[in-house]
Amino acid sequence: MGRLNVNLCGIKLDNPIIPASGTFGYGYEFAELYDINVLGTFSFKGTTKDPRFGNPTPRIAECSAGMINAVGLQNPGVEKVVSEELPKLAKCFNKKVMANVSGFAVEDYAYTCEKLDKCDQVGWLEVNVSCPNVHGGGMSFGTNPEAAAEVTRAVKKVTTKPVIIKLSPNVTDIVSIAKACEEAGADGISLINTLLGMRIDLRTKKPVIANKMGGFSGSAIFPVAVRMVYQVANAVKIPVVGMGGVSSAEDVIEIMLAGATAVQVGAANLVDPYICRDIINNLPAVMDKYGINNLSEIIGGVK
Amino acid sequence: MKQGFYKITENTALTDTVFKMVLEGDVSDIKNSGEFINIKLDGKYLRRPISVCDVSDNTVTIIYKVVGVGTEQMSKMPLGTMLDVLVGLGNGYDTSKSGDKPLLLGGGVGVPPLYNLAKRLISQGKKVSVILGFNEKDEIFYEKEFKDLGAEVFVTTVDGSYGTKGFVTDVMQNIDYTYFYTCGPEPMLKAIYKASTTSGQMSFEERMGCGFGACMGCSCKTLTGYKRICKDGPVMEKEEILWED
Repeated sequence: MGRLNVNLCGIKLDNPIIPASGTFGYGYEFAELYDINVLGTFSFKGTTKDPRFGNPTPRIAECSAGMINAVGLQNPGVEKVVSEELPKLAKCFNKKVMANVSGFAVEDYAYTCEKLDKCDQVGWLEVNVSCPNVHGGGMSFGTNPEAAAEVTRAVKKVTTKPVIIKLSPNVTDIVSIAKACEEAGADGISLINTLLGMRIDLRTKKPVIANKMGGFSGSAIFPVAVRMVYQVANAVKIPVVGMGGVSSAEDVIEIMLAGATAVQVGAANLVDPYICRDIINNLPAVMDKYGINNLSEIIGGVK
Repeated sequence: MKQGFYKITENTALTDTVFKMVLEGDVSDIKNSGEFINIKLDGKYLRRPISVCDVSDNTVTIIYKVVGVGTEQMSKMPLGTMLDVLVGLGNGYDTSKSGDKPLLLGGGVGVPPLYNLAKRLISQGKKVSVILGFNEKDEIFYEKEFKDLGAEVFVTTVDGSYGTKGFVTDVMQNIDYTYFYTCGPEPMLKAIYKASTTSGQMSFEERMGCGFGACMGCSCKTLTGYKRICKDGPVMEKEEILWED
């Protein structure tokens, strides 16, 4: 067993590093840059029942130590993901991938998950009940414990793969939502999705983003992520996948100490496409510096 | 695409707000005219995508306009500064379709990518005409550089303070051309789209997240499907363009 190994819902990861959904496409753009098999796994672009173009542009705004996006779940739809994207991915990635799923109705989530359940390449289903950039779905399921539990139950019925529910930080009590998902059968919780944010252009006196608001991510949100991972990990027994502004090996260790079993890296991939590879390479030296033998032993080390 | 560190060997003002920067380093991944590079700046989260004006064995030249805090920061960088840059981004122009008399039309800071393109087309033995459009005389840059390449150069200014008064399309109609290439603000691209009598290629701009096709921040709809301006573009064929408004 290597020093970086962790176990996520019954599947061994060589290391805990997972590029987050929406920042890594379906993998192959990054496979041109480095061998993506060095990753623990990655979470592919949020996939819905039907193809989506997403929101009008501009979709991106810069912030201090971060960015706002309002892409709005652009994706080719689950049929094409299964018939085109996954075969393409198979040529450059030989590990189990995390399938990220979004929807606008409980039935949509179940439909998409059922299709992806049949794919051997898929190891985990990460169910996004927290997208801030779509109307009438996405985040609305993740801001209410009953709705989040309902999605969880519907998905669990159609799959035998581990189901990880991805939660929004834009709530008053994230712990109650995480617990509701756990009670409904979730195998893991991932958090945090982006924080709802907004920027205004002083020259045009209009919002920078066409959709006005979007999801704020990047290193600025890391302390919020650490806090919420800590709160949730101390309240549930299932594994927690931590994310939100992670951009270094030190950040990985910190969020694991807060309770994360595995760690997703999001916005940082867009700025430094090699960051996940570099974090993995840097982890042993940083672990040595802080007297850590194995990453698995520090999970939730802070009480 | 390649990530590397590049040394600033030139950073000079061409006009009040437009600067030329030369970066030295590995440029082997820059394959086509019309590509762009993406520059990381201290204290800024997102990189700055800037089109490639010219490339040599070990340098890449960019021309940028100071429009915000990032480009202002760039304009003050001393020679010798090392920059973290992603190079080899975007598709670039396809010169194989140009015919023997291509016409290049640039507007403002849309002019720079046409410089390497003109050089490339001329080296292929083609007769290149260039129309450079600016608002006023003080904004003009690179007229001489295009002439020195051997291109036939026309300049237009909106206020008539230099060259032909009006827009690039006012000159376009009097030129005999086989194909066109353009880069500039969207209203100009639309006007060229309408005025052109041949096929052509247009380079588009959009706010980008990553610049290499991962984030879907700069998507657009085309007649041939959804495209990412950064990865499937920035250059689009006239026939695939879908104007949304």
